[in-house]
Amino acid sequence: MRESRIGAWIAFGIGALYFILPLIATFEFSLRMKRGEYSFEAYRVVFADPRFQASFSYSVGQALATIIVGIALVVPTAYWVRLRAPQFRPIVEFITLLPLVIPAIVIVFGYLRIFNSSSLIPLTDTNLGTDALLMFGYVTLALPYMYRAVDTGLQAIDVRTLTESAESLGANAFTILTRVILPNIRPALLSGAFLTFAIVIGEFTFAALLNRPAFGPYLQLLGANRAYEPSALAIMAFLVTWACMGLMQLASRGLRLPATDTR
Amino acid sequence: MAWLGIVPFLLFAILFLLWPTAHLVIGAFESKDGSFTLANIANLTQPAIVNAYWLSIRISAASAFMGGLLGFALAYAAISGGLPRWIRPTLTTFSGVASNFAGVPLAFAFIATLGRTGLVTTLLVKWFDFNIYHTGFTILSFWGLTLTYLYFQIPLMVLILTPALDGLKKEWREAASILGASPLQYWLRVAIPVLWPSLLGAVLLLFANAFGAVATAYALTGSSLNIVPILLFAQIRGDVLHNPNLGYALALGMIVITALSNLAYIWLRAWSERWVK
Repeated sequence: MRESRIGAWIAFGIGALYFILPLIATFEFSLRMKRGEYSFEAYRVVFADPRFQASFSYSVGQALATIIVGIALVVPTAYWVRLRAPQFRPIVEFITLLPLVIPAIVIVFGYLRIFNSSSLIPLTDTNLGTDALLMFGYVTLALPYMYRAVDTGLQAIDVRTLTESAESLGANAFTILTRVILPNIRPALLSGAFLTFAIVIGEFTFAALLNRPAFGPYLQLLGANRAYEPSALAIMAFLVTWACMGLMQLASRGLRLPATDTR
Repeated sequence: MAWLGIVPFLLFAILFLLWPTAHLVIGAFESKDGSFTLANIANLTQPAIVNAYWLSIRISAASAFMGGLLGFALAYAAISGGLPRWIRPTLTTFSGVASNFAGVPLAFAFIATLGRTGLVTTLLVKWFDFNIYHTGFTILSFWGLTLTYLYFQIPLMVLILTPALDGLKKEWREAASILGASPLQYWLRVAIPVLWPSLLGAVLLLFANAFGAVATAYALTGSSLNIVPILLFAQIRGDVLHNPNLGYALALGMIVITALSNLAYIWLRAWSERWVK
């Protein structure tokens, strides 16, 4: 027993070293912008850069739009499949898994071929159309996670009874979804939303190939031209990811005990 | 009427997932004038493309195997290694973060760590007078990219494998040791036979995960490393192959490889769930 515990500590130690060293190195590097002293100069420069502000807020906007459209698409579908159309569950679940199977670069390649200016739906002709296309692309990328989160949330509540009682009180389908189902799966929605945010905020491939001024391509460009700012941005990106995952765990903790905090 | 409720979802999936993919798959079998041909598929055998696939497969396989092995060791240490209780939730949370910390920022982190002026590189020179760049290592190489990919591969392995390791019942180990089995015998005759579908499945998923990754490699190496996603990226931007339909075939090849490893993963997972109940 003693021996296996030493092995476990060794595995844990090596793992910790491998995962923490790059963070320390990146942080240390990000402080070296001023010669001979540690300073937060790189962070100041990054925050003052108007392109940082523009690209970051662009990506935040994309993330929020993706979350709203994703919820509007996934919740009615998952609800309907659970309540009225369980025979379609395998098809729907299969489709929601496809974005994990088809590489993102292939999906966006397809977009560029079928939504270009000479096609039936020339979305890439205008900036607004391309923004919309990018957002739909992000909804697609987030689909596996969003669907799983919502479906788990629906599993935890009694969809049928809730629907029937709402119906007997005279609620229509829209009211049932927005006033009864949505509030009851809030932890699941939050959990899916934070993960979506983490995926969208630094996404590179879609944004770069659709040529939109998002945060991911800005990061890449900066990395190719600057020394210290990229490290500062990497630290910030790590903190954003950490915040999203932390909030997600908080949200899904609510998921496991839906009855205790909704009283 | 039941199908009516999923029509919006199906429309979305067709428009933004199935049709774009199908367009490329069909294009891979079309010549420039639109007639059927296998020439594009045959053209994939030109050396530049074969090399790109081969390098991609090797990097993905190396990062999947090493990520699988280290992730397994880490997950096993945290779950049944007798470590303090706080380690397991910490590892799970950190794995959730690190498996999503991919792409451009990850590339920056590894340049700051193992780049020419990276912290670890300079400290190794300072403390041990050992310059890893004199050994032929660069962060822009096969090993550089593999080492970087491990940063999201290991945590992903931890996350996938934790349920399977939880399914490994303590009683089996006790029963084995009461019957006089050594730890080695327990692993070879009990644990590995139960775990191997989960292990292999997870490694295949990791393989597909690395194979499709673009951003990390692009930010790390620019276009200096000839792997398939980078080649496809360049092809989409500027038709570097001088043949659009060959580009479709390149994409089709990626789909086939990631689809096969994912299918094998799903099949193995179903198989292992029958075991661990």
